[in-house]
Parts: sequence; structure tokens; C-alpha cells
Amino acid sequence: MIPLILVFCPLLAAVAVLAGAPARQTSLSAAAITLLAALFAFANFDHTQPYNFITSFPMSAEWKLNFSLGLDGLSLIMALLTAIVTLAAIWFTGEITRHENAFYACLLFISAGAMGAFVSLDLFFFYAFHELALIPTFLLIGIWGSGDRYGAAWKITIYLATGSFILLLGLIMLYRSVPEAARSFDLRALQTASRAVPADVQQNIYLLLLIGFGILISLFPFHTWAPEAYASAPAPAAMLHAGVLKKFGLYGLLRIALPMLPEGARHWAWLLILLLLGNIIYVGLVTIAQEKLDWMLGYSSVMHMGYVFLGIASGNILGTSGAAMLMFAHGLSIALLFAIAGEVRARTGTLSFADLGGLAKVMPLAGLAFGLGAFASIGLPGFANFAAEVMVFFGAFHNGADMEQFHVMQIATLLGLWGVVISAVYMLRAYRAVFMGNMPERWASLPDLRGYFRLPITLLVAALLYVGFFPQMFVRILTPTFQNYFSQKVAEQ
Amino acid sequence: MSSALPYYILLLPLVSAAALLLFTRRYASLSAFVSVGASIIGFVCACLVFRESEFATTDLPWIDLRPLFYVPIGLTLDGLSKTMLVLVTGVGGLIHIYSLGYMQDDAGKSRYFASLSLFMFSMLGIILANNFVMMFIFWELVGVSSYLLIGHWFERDAAAEAAKKAFLTNRIGDFGFMLGILMVWSATGSVIFRDIAGKMTSLTSHPGYLTIAALLVFCGAVGKSAQFPLHVWLPDAMEGPTPISALIHAATMVAAGVYMLVRVGFLIQASAQALHVIAWIGTITAVMAGLIATQQNDIKRILAYSTLSQLGYMIMAVGLASGEAAMFHLFTHAFFKALLFLGAGAIIIMLHHEQNIWKMGGLGKRLPITCATFLIGTLALIGCPPFSGFFSKDTILGLAYEKDKLIFYIGLCTAFLTAFYMLRLVLVVFFGKPRSDNALRGDEAPFVMTGPLLVLSVPALLAGFGFFAKIFLILPRVEEAGHVVPTLAVVAMLLGVIAAVSLYRKRESDPIDLAFLRKRFYFDELYAWLIDITQEFLAGLSAFIDHWIIDALGVRGASTTTWGVGSLLRCLQIGNLQAYAFIFGLGIIGLIYFAVFK
Repeated sequence: MIPLILVFCPLLAAVAVLAGAPARQTSLSAAAITLLAALFAFANFDHTQPYNFITSFPMSAEWKLNFSLGLDGLSLIMALLTAIVTLAAIWFTGEITRHENAFYACLLFISAGAMGAFVSLDLFFFYAFHELALIPTFLLIGIWGSGDRYGAAWKITIYLATGSFILLLGLIMLYRSVPEAARSFDLRALQTASRAVPADVQQNIYLLLLIGFGILISLFPFHTWAPEAYASAPAPAAMLHAGVLKKFGLYGLLRIALPMLPEGARHWAWLLILLLLGNIIYVGLVTIAQEKLDWMLGYSSVMHMGYVFLGIASGNILGTSGAAMLMFAHGLSIALLFAIAGEVRARTGTLSFADLGGLAKVMPLAGLAFGLGAFASIGLPGFANFAAEVMVFFGAFHNGADMEQFHVMQIATLLGLWGVVISAVYMLRAYRAVFMGNMPERWASLPDLRGYFRLPITLLVAALLYVGFFPQMFVRILTPTFQNYFSQKVAEQ
Repeated sequence: MSSALPYYILLLPLVSAAALLLFTRRYASLSAFVSVGASIIGFVCACLVFRESEFATTDLPWIDLRPLFYVPIGLTLDGLSKTMLVLVTGVGGLIHIYSLGYMQDDAGKSRYFASLSLFMFSMLGIILANNFVMMFIFWELVGVSSYLLIGHWFERDAAAEAAKKAFLTNRIGDFGFMLGILMVWSATGSVIFRDIAGKMTSLTSHPGYLTIAALLVFCGAVGKSAQFPLHVWLPDAMEGPTPISALIHAATMVAAGVYMLVRVGFLIQASAQALHVIAWIGTITAVMAGLIATQQNDIKRILAYSTLSQLGYMIMAVGLASGEAAMFHLFTHAFFKALLFLGAGAIIIMLHHEQNIWKMGGLGKRLPITCATFLIGTLALIGCPPFSGFFSKDTILGLAYEKDKLIFYIGLCTAFLTAFYMLRLVLVVFFGKPRSDNALRGDEAPFVMTGPLLVLSVPALLAGFGFFAKIFLILPRVEEAGHVVPTLAVVAMLLGVIAAVSLYRKRESDPIDLAFLRKRFYFDELYAWLIDITQEFLAGLSAFIDHWIIDALGVRGASTTTWGVGSLLRCLQIGNLQAYAFIFGLGIIGLIYFAVFK
């Protein structure tokens, strides 16, 4: 029942909004109900069972296709993330001058699509729901974006469509690589059946999945769509895509590629490590060079994906649990940052560092909120990001540790740790440039955030702090899930 | 005695900070009251804990992935941490009270006190942590509260820059610290100090690995305690309000590095090479900062460099394998340096935020209490018997005399320099003629500010004596060769005093002008240049590659060559949902086709 609410509440609300229901009220209520359902699921989750709240409707017996939804630890956390960010994004939606209902409907479709992908226990719907979420993303940028919005929408369409296509190819190959009798769209059955897939086939499929998912996650060097799209997108769209939808690829890697293709993961570990260092170090340096807040945030979100990849590359429960927690933490913090950046742009018309400065004086609430988001995102203890990064680093360092010499993963951890310095450099620079120092005269009368934005800000920050203070609440849920995924021997080098 | 009391001490300032942030931002006086109240209650509780010999506290799991990884939130309560508890809450409490006067009319008073409470929380966390990860957590939190407090006047460019610099420099140190923690964990399988101490054989069997790990852990202290070569942030940190300079950048936070090294002494002392490096880093910092201090003109910067120099002594003691001596100097230094900074604050307030010592002069008559207490602090700092600094510095010098003569002589030179720059400061500020209008007017600071000065001057005088210090510390046994060390130390100190008096008595301007000292050996310029040719260059290069190569080869290249896909673009401009639905449908059909018919 719960997964049905999670998916169909935003979906039906989207349809209702399109049909003419009052856009903001309907969307907010739907998002609130979804969040309550997700919180209910979190509170009542039984982590001794691999899957909770299973709901299944047979679609076709011949193809063994079922519309089945259910939650394991990983999907639960992703559902929680989706629900929180959706509510915040809708709340932060300002005045929409044209096609207001369509705008809200698009946001709800993204939310429903992402949620559907995360709670589907069926490969077909896993993929289809993601496609459902992609289309409104393109529309939001193309119709309501700013700057070069056609260029950005065009680019993100090409990239993500290509990524989806490669992914589709990989998934089909995966489906067909298991013996005919065992073929199923059901992820649980497929995982059991995939043990029979020979190593060389696994390698090919894994590469396709890595690249397909990788493009969707902005894995280096397929990342250049992300900053441009986020800079052009309206703030709520950037919040939802960077915060939630982009995590679909990571979820897929953790949920499908890693458990079902352990041989492939081991074979391509070197490639993943190389590319993730591109995300952390190279993209980190590119981020330092940015001179606009929205571009800086876009690149920083690309960079932080590198840490999640590092957790995935660790190949142990510690690292992957850290990666999952980091997906949650990053989603919340980047949503908060994009929201505040959007508010600043709405007031000043610019996000260029050269034009801004000292805004914390006239916009103290914005300054506080952005500061909290910035410190969360650079991994300050107390926020979920820190706990997650600690687990990622310890997990990654553990892989192949040897007291005689450093191995690949230890060196990758070292460079990843240096990335923590890099991210502090660009975040503090941006904060310094926008909110601290001397304020240009013309901003002296800017209004601060409206008081009722305190609620979504509090929601995001409270979730970050809760997990940051009590990471065990998530670890407890994630550990059995990954033990279940990795019941086959995991790809530790 | 309730076993939850130490947790209350730890959490009280956090509750205070949260309450200030959430509820009392608009009511500045209430905020100040809550924060000061919390600090005083904290001090009382710390004293109660100090009196109890045994404390059983329970560990709470923070991350529990046993057997692979386990981080508890657990407390260490031994003599070391109890002493630090009393010291930090005591000095911290006084500085809270002093801040009532200093920050009386500040617009951001609530924010100031909230950050101060957050700092107390973080510092107490470092003291109480029983494992590396928990210590690292509070270590970073101390960094951020220091960032907030240095940048308190965020609308000033200098303060904003200084805050950023402090945080980033500390992050570089923490990079090494975390790596060190990872190495130790990897070898012993635990991050808890007690467990690691029990499994040291797995480290000592690999001496090279151990040395690297120990030095990486030391990196954290280099950043936090502002040792060479990461010392550059501390003098700039003086942009913060003066009580902050006293509390954070003199008495407590910068001492956290020393405390951490003493806490993990079992690790550091297992590697002779690491100890050697540590001792020399401390020695270099001590003498270098002493030299720079002789040519600074900003009263707070002189004190900041003197802090660096004294921290150098403490690190030197750690490197000479005597945590006790380091803690002894940390203990006495906390009192007299807080006293000196608070005295400087009283002067600065009276002169309407004038910090240049050459614009002062003759202040002794106008500020009698400040002057008298400042003199006590100075005598303690330069190691004049029987003030507290004499005993602790003498212990370290005696240790150096025993173990490494070269370090001992450099330590003596530093003692000479200390006496020289402090007397220069005192003579120029308190004696001679007033050299500016501001110095002619103004009165003694209010009692909330002079009161803490008077209170602090008592331990500044007494803390070195055995009867006082032994309550709090295990004093190291000094087996020095007769009276050689104290005699030499006193002679060096007297020479410094004489040199300063003969050069600076009744001077209107500085008779010495050494640009490379005034410019602090050009470290800031060197680092700016290094950052420019490495980080900035690489960042610019990467951004260029990203824009002109990776991005251009990707979609932008494709879109200019393949005009056929232009029709897709037109669909987008119209916002044609049908086109998407069509493409989407094709994908689904493809999936089904392959799945079913192949």
C-alpha cells in the first residue's frame, strides 16, 4: 500500500493539476502526503526482512511481467530523499507567469517518476519510470529556463537520451544473458538468476551499464551537460534533478550492476577509479575556476558524485552504505543550495561573483541557509554528508589495504581526501564572494527570504542533521540490504 | 555521582548554541545571559567531575558496522582530560563574562554568543573524545566555530578573508590527520585510543608505516596549533573580536593540537623518527615566530606571534617525548596568554579600535588595572621567576638540555627574543608619551572586563608552583644538571629585557627596520605565489579543457555537424510532448521486442 501512495499520489496530483486543479495547493498537499507516507515507511521498516511493503499486480504471465513495488533499505532511503526534496522544491517554486499548472505538473511527474524507479521491484518499470521523469526535466529547462535555455535543454536531452539508450541496451543484454527458463523482469529473481552469467559476458554488460548509468550521473568525462543544465533550469527543477533524479544512475549501479555483475565490476574497477578521480580532482579544479554561483554549484554536484563512485568502488558494505548515505545527504544539501541560489537570482538578476558581495547583511536568513548547505556539502561533522564521507573513505581505504605499500584504492582514497580540501576552497570562496565582505550599494534594499521559506529550509537541514547525528539509523537499515545484494561474493579486489 | 554528568557538560553549550540560533536571535541580552549562564554551569560541573576519581560512562554507537568499523560516542575521563575540562571551562567562562563588556553594543551579539557556545561544545568534545573519529568530528567543528568567530564582522573584507584562510589552512592539516587515522585504523582495526594502544605491536612491526602514520596524525596538530609551515592563518585570525583571540587563538583551540598529541602519545612516541621531526618543527616555529614578533606593530599580532612561539615550545616538548612538560606549559600559557589578550582588548576598546602600538604610549597612568595585570602576564610569558611561565618553560628547556643541545640553544635564543619583543611592547604601549589623540582620552574598561583580568592574574602568577600545578597535572621529573638551565634561561631573559629597554625607552618610532621580519619572512607572498602557480593554474587549465575540448567534442561538436537532429531541437522549442512520447514509446517497444522475441 505504502509504495502505491508514494508513486501515485504525485502522479494523480500531476494529472489533476493538468486538468485544472489549483496548482500550488494540490501539489503541496500531494507532496506532504507523500512525505508522510515515506516517514511512515521509515518508522515501520522491518530491517530483518529484505523487502517491506511489497505490492504486486500481474501484468502479463507470459512475459513474467508484474507491476510490483516494494522497499528495501536502499529504496526506502531514496524514497525518503525524493519525498523531502519534492516538498522543498514545490515549496520554493516562486511565481510562475506562464503555464503555471504545467510547471507544477512537470515537478510532480519528475517526483513520481523518480519515486517509481526507486520502489520498482521490476526491471521494466524501473526503466520506464525513469524515462517518465526525464521528459518533464527537458520541458522545465526548455520552457521555463533562463539564459541559453534551448541550448541547455538540447544538450541535456541528447546526453540523457544517449545515456538511457546505452543503459537500455545493457539491461536488455542482462535480461537475455540469463538462461531462458530463469528469465524474469523481477529484480529479485533476476539477481538469483544472474549468478549463471559467465564472467566475460558480465564484463561487457557491466561496461554498458557503467557508461549508461554514468552519463545519467554525470560521470567524468560525460559531465558537461550538468552544470549548463542546472544553470539554465528554474531552481525547483535543478533541485529535483540534481537532488533526486540524478541519483537514479547511482541507485542502478548499486542495485543492479554491482550485485548482478560482480565479475564485471571487478574487471572494470580500474576504469571506474580513473573516472571517479576525474570527477573528484579534475572537476573539482574546474569548480574552483567558476565565476558564477549557479555554475559553481552545478560543477560541485558533479564533483561530489565522485565520492559516491568511490564508495561504490570500495566493494564492501562499509563503502557502499556510505555511498547510499551520501546520495541522500548530497541530494538534500544541493537542493538547499540551488534553492537559495535561485532566490538570490530572483532578487538580483545575477549570480556572478563579481557583482555580488556582503548579502548576508541584507539577507540574513538566506545567508544562514546557504551557509548551512555549504558546510553540509563540504562535509562538516554534524551533517549527514560527513558521516557518509567517513564511511566512504574508510570503506575505500580498506579495499586491498596492505602495510607494505599503498595500492590503487589507497591512492584513490588519498586523492579523494584531497578533494575535501578542494571542495572547501570553492565553497568558502563562493560564500565569501556572495555573502561576506563589502556589499555593493545597489543591493542595500534587497528583501530577505520570506518567512515561510523557513519551513522547507528547516526540513532539509533537520534531515541532514538527524542523519549526521544518528547515522546508525541509516546504517542499521542499509547493512542488511547490502548483505542481501552481495550474498554473492563481492567484487573486492 | 551520576555518570551522565560529563555528557551534560558536553551538551550544555550545544543546547545553548541551538537555543540562541533558534529562539533568542532578536533578544541580544537574553542570548548573552543564556550563553554566559551555560558556560558558568559548565565550569561548576567540570569542577564536580574533576573531584571524582572514578567515572563510568557508557559508549553510544555512532556508526556500528562491526566487525569492520565501529565508531562510538564515548568519553575519556582521566587526569589529562579532567584538567583540560576545568581549564577550558574556567578560562572560557571568564572570557564569556568579559565578552559581555567587549561586545556590549555589537549588532551581531546573539550570533557572537551562539558561535561562542558552539566553540565551547566543540572544544569540550575534543577533550573528551575517546576515539580518533570522534576527535576528528569535534576537531572540524572547532575549525568551523573559529571560522564563524574570525569572520564575525563578515562585512569587513579583511575578516572575511582571514576566516576563509584559517579554515582552509586547517583543512590542509586535517587532510593529513584523516589519512593518518585511516592508516592507524587499517593496521589495528580500531579507531578507539584504548584499543589502538593495546594493538601497537601491529604498528611497531612496520616502523616505516608507523612513522608515516604518526607524522600524518601530527599534520592535524600542525594545522590546528599553527606550526610551521601552516602557521600563516593564526596572525590573520586576529581580525576577529579580541575575546576570541584570547579564548580560541591563544588559550584553548590552538592548544588542541598539543593536547591531541599528548592524548595519542603512545602512538607518537613509538616512532623515534617522528619524534625527531616533531621536535624540530616545534623548535623552528618557536624561533621563527619570535623573530617575526620583534618587528610587528599591531598589538594583537605581536601577541599572536608570541602564541605561535610558545606553541612551538609545547610541540618541542612533545617531540622530546614529554607530554607532561608540554601540558605544563599549555596549562600556564592558557592563563597568562588569555590575560595578555584580554588586556590588549581593554586597551583596544579604550582607543576606539586602534591596534598600532606606535599610536599608543603612556597608557600606564590611564589604565592602572590593565597595566598592572598586563605586566604580570608579560613577566609570566618571558619566564621571569617566580611567575608561572618560568617554571613551565624551564622544564622544557631542561628537557632539551638533556636530549638535544642544539634545540636547547635555539630554545634559549627564543627565550631572549620573547623577553625582547614583550618588553618592547610594554615600553611602547604603557610608558613614554601618548602618541595619538585617542591615547590621551578614555578610561579604564568596565568591571566586567577588568574583573576577568584580575582573576586571571592570580593563576598567571601562581600556576607554576608545585602546590598549585600538582592539583591538576602530573609534573615531569626534571633531572637537569644542577642550576645550569635555570641560570642560562634567566640570563637570556635578562639580556632580552636589557636590550629592549636600551632600544625602546622613550622612543617615538621604531629604531630597527628589518623588512623581511616585518613582512614575516614573506611566507604569505610565497604561499600566494605557490597557490597561483599550482591550484589556480590547474583550475584555469581544467576549466579551459572542459569548455573547449571535452564539452566541444561532446554534444556541441555533434550538434554543429549533424544538422539532421536539428528537427529534434525544433520539437523542443514548441514543447511538443508528442515527440517525447513517441521516442519514449519506441524505447519501450524495443525493450519488449528484445525481451520477448529473441
